[in-house]
Amino acid sequence: MTEYEAVIGLEIHTHLKTRSKMFCACSTEFGKQPNSSACPVCTGQPGALPVLNQEAVNLAIRCGLALNCTINKKSVFARKNYFYPDLPKGYQISQFDLPVTSNGFVNIQLPDGAEKRIGITRAHLEEDAGKLVHQGAEGIEGATASHVDLNRSSVPLLEIVSEPDIRSAEEARAYLDKIKSILQFAGVSDANMEEGKLRCDANVSIRPAGQKEFGVKVEIKNMNSFRAVERAIKIEIERQKQVLTTGQTVAQETRSYDEAAGRTVSMRSKEESHDYRYFPEPDLLPLLIDDAWIDRVKKELPELAEQRIRRYQDEHGISAYDARVLTLDKAVSDFFDAAAKLYAGDKKSIVNWLTTDVLGYLKTENLELSQTKLTPENLVEMLGLIDNQTISGKIGKELIVQILKTGASARQLVETSGRRQITDESTLQKIVQEVLAANPQQLAQYRSGKTALKGYFVGETMKKTKGQAAPQLVNQILDRLLKI
Amino acid sequence: MQHLTLKELQKKLRGGETTAVEAAQKVFTQIQKHEPVVKAYLQTFEKDALEQAQKADELLRSTNGAAADKQPLLGIPLAIKDNMNLLNTETTCASKILKGYISPYTATAVQKLQAAGAVIVGKTNLDEFAMGSSTENSAFQQTTNPWDRARVPGGSSGGAAAAVAADECFGCLGSDTGGSIRQPASFCGVVGLKPTYGLVSRYGLVAFASSLDQIGPLAKTVADAALILNVIAGYDEQDSTSVKQPVKDYTEFLDRDIKGQKIAVIKELLGDGIDDAVRQTIQTALDGLRKQGAIIEEIAMPSFKYALAAYYLVATSEASANLARFDGVRFGHRSKNARDMLELFKKSRAEGFGAEVKRRIMLGTYALSAGYYDAYYLKAQKVRTVIKQDYNKAFARYDAVLSPTSPSVAFKFGEKVNDPLSMYLSDIATIPVNLAGLPGISVPCGTAGDAVSGTVGDAVSGATGGLPVGLQLVAGEFAEQKLLQIAAAVERGSRFERIRL
Amino acid sequence: MTISINDAGHVANLARLDLSAQELATYTEQLNQILAYAQELNKLNTDQVEPTYHSIETGTILREDKVIDFPNQAGLLQNGPDVSGTSFVVPRIL
Repeated sequence: MTEYEAVIGLEIHTHLKTRSKMFCACSTEFGKQPNSSACPVCTGQPGALPVLNQEAVNLAIRCGLALNCTINKKSVFARKNYFYPDLPKGYQISQFDLPVTSNGFVNIQLPDGAEKRIGITRAHLEEDAGKLVHQGAEGIEGATASHVDLNRSSVPLLEIVSEPDIRSAEEARAYLDKIKSILQFAGVSDANMEEGKLRCDANVSIRPAGQKEFGVKVEIKNMNSFRAVERAIKIEIERQKQVLTTGQTVAQETRSYDEAAGRTVSMRSKEESHDYRYFPEPDLLPLLIDDAWIDRVKKELPELAEQRIRRYQDEHGISAYDARVLTLDKAVSDFFDAAAKLYAGDKKSIVNWLTTDVLGYLKTENLELSQTKLTPENLVEMLGLIDNQTISGKIGKELIVQILKTGASARQLVETSGRRQITDESTLQKIVQEVLAANPQQLAQYRSGKTALKGYFVGETMKKTKGQAAPQLVNQILDRLLKI
Repeated sequence: MQHLTLKELQKKLRGGETTAVEAAQKVFTQIQKHEPVVKAYLQTFEKDALEQAQKADELLRSTNGAAADKQPLLGIPLAIKDNMNLLNTETTCASKILKGYISPYTATAVQKLQAAGAVIVGKTNLDEFAMGSSTENSAFQQTTNPWDRARVPGGSSGGAAAAVAADECFGCLGSDTGGSIRQPASFCGVVGLKPTYGLVSRYGLVAFASSLDQIGPLAKTVADAALILNVIAGYDEQDSTSVKQPVKDYTEFLDRDIKGQKIAVIKELLGDGIDDAVRQTIQTALDGLRKQGAIIEEIAMPSFKYALAAYYLVATSEASANLARFDGVRFGHRSKNARDMLELFKKSRAEGFGAEVKRRIMLGTYALSAGYYDAYYLKAQKVRTVIKQDYNKAFARYDAVLSPTSPSVAFKFGEKVNDPLSMYLSDIATIPVNLAGLPGISVPCGTAGDAVSGTVGDAVSGATGGLPVGLQLVAGEFAEQKLLQIAAAVERGSRFERIRL
Repeated sequence: MTISINDAGHVANLARLDLSAQELATYTEQLNQILAYAQELNKLNTDQVEPTYHSIETGTILREDKVIDFPNQAGLLQNGPDVSGTSFVVPRIL
């Protein structure tokens, strides 16, 4: 059977973090009453004209630099013409043959730890469309009418187009993670896919392994999460393999990902594909960017994930693996930096708490760090209590969940629950003696050489003290008592 | 009083010889008297205008006329073409698709008129979306030429030109994409100025072809045009294509002589295809300029023969996108016969747009569509470069270039309406100016022949005798002062007299 | 290059114009006339010529990233052919 290789390129649309819209002074704030963040420009009133938001350009340059792109000294806005009720002007202002940035790359981590370079064809500026809210049904099918809300119309977007360098769904995921990290660290975008601030389409084709020519390309749309992108690509590759192995040919078309059904469905064929009739936007003159502007943005460019990973290793002796985990989400990395400043002890212990307990909690609860009550201050307070042996690590693991949920102070939690660590030797010795007395059989076995049973006695002691016994002290006492 | 020029009225208002209310009343009396025939206005604002006039009078009185220093158009009745937004008024662009559309904002140029104290008396008729050369493409009414009611006023600012010629206002803002200010000015015997692209803000002007459109005044005299330009010119941060320019007084050079000024006559625009009567009138005006010391030479503009085709490709391409927002979703006509969204788009637009607009949308859509872009749109934009280069060469040697504004005097209704190409050809002299973004002006320089039959203004004659001929001057970019200086000399040197209805 | 009625139909669809057969026929003929006239342009060699998209040669102006609320949102909604609450209503999309 023929071995096939997938060829994948991603188009990522990301909202840019500006206060006002791309071409008018309306707010970009979400969740407002429909059409309350609207003006003649973003509702396409006759005679209204666009004026470019400087900050959108700043962010595009910043992103271009972070993606190792060339910043083009002259770029041109173009009209992309199509009719849709959420597109007020009947065209979207985008960039076509002269984008603001082009020819970049990012390095992604493959599962085997190796690095791979993915080319960035271009990252260009464009405006978003409004939103349609379908009435009388869950989705577009079966809807009787739609409501048009133009609050999102003309919110600035950056479209990042990759080269067809991606070879698997996993690579696509790694690339997405990387882009998200760059967007967040560079302060370009919140890059939150679930909130619609990041959207992704995939171009997928397959070809017999070793063949140079590309296969027929299929565009996949309607993927609403990173996981969906990964799954949709996987499913599409399988579908195309199926088509080819049964002697058929893959049709060039646009397909929609149906998450519930776990398949892709044809949306429109090549013949039905849009003729966008791009031409240079006559209402805007070319965007000119000089070296001074680029230098200014370079100076303002925040520390990116790669730089932080290096810093974490150099300054704090954190492992490369942990440093990478910390920087997957900028919020986590920022949290670590803040906590590290407050904490006098070994920074690795912050890393341990963040990467295991905190990230684990976020994953099971499906939350963002910002949605919890954990702060660098209350985490560091708890670490202090462990360090001075007020509480054990085990108690800490219980407390951190409460802190994440309520933001309570660890010290107060300890006071009110009386869960202070038992560090008084005579108290503890008495408890250990009781444990040994209550388990004569195990004690006999120990004495006959089954020394592994020491752990059992530790466990029993901890149980009896509800985890409050200082573990080191229990060990010392046991060593002493068991020798007898 | 309605027959006064803007400048004369300005002086009388300031001197307390008359009042703004009286001026407005005279204008509305004139409107009532002549609109049944002229039909220049799509709507008038009598009540608002009189209120504003009253406020102007109070200001003038309380400051002893000094308020007019800060507000040069204080109390002056002006009109605007109905493709400019004025808050809470209907803006129709003479199209069924915009019937009933109430402007949610005011165009910058209009706002500047208001800030200068002007009293807006109404909005004038035009070819639908400014597409046409006769105002016959208005969905609502036919404006007639005040000089001959059987003839068109020109277009697309036909209502504006007719209103000024009929003394139904003291000046009017028009828009000019390929000659839409200058050609009707020429047909109606008034002055029409298209400023350099970027000098006047387009914000609030309903776009036809964005890279060519420009707002400018239609006025009774060159000086009046300069006075209006003084108010509307200037950078606007809401129009990305507006240009930062030092503030100038466009009346400054009007009284200077033109001794030694070098003016080039465009050979191609005084030859074949130009009516004899027009050519003769222009020749007479040239003599007048020579007498005033100007040096007149003939030059060739070989690229001009390509201008019309290039213009129609560029203008219609841009228009096809500019008119896409009229889709029946947020404003304007919505078809009652649509069962789904696609039908709503197609039927609303088909029912709302007139024949010429549809024709141009079709042409522009085709010119931009896959496979044809390079052959049509791109090619046309390259031709534009060549035309610009030809002008640059001319302005290296000359202060202005000169031609008739239109190859003919005002033509009759229906004469060209079924032959788009022949209608388009009436813009042959004005179109290159827009392609190059230059300032151009049409000044009445006489009337064709002498054979005036019957009473002027009442004439329904076949002969073109007695109809005004416009002379077009074009200068280098932002050289409006010089352009107006020479235009004023044309005005002084010609025997033209404005019509009095 | 001539346009067929079918081509014109395709263009009308792109432009979202519901044209009658009669209109299509007329426009096809007129567009062919105009395009034939436009063939004239091919007589001018423009191989070495850059296109002029704007007669102005400066760069575009930029706006500071400042929020200014439009004061007349009611004015934007008042022209809506079908408005519910503060939303424009359109029929279902096929």
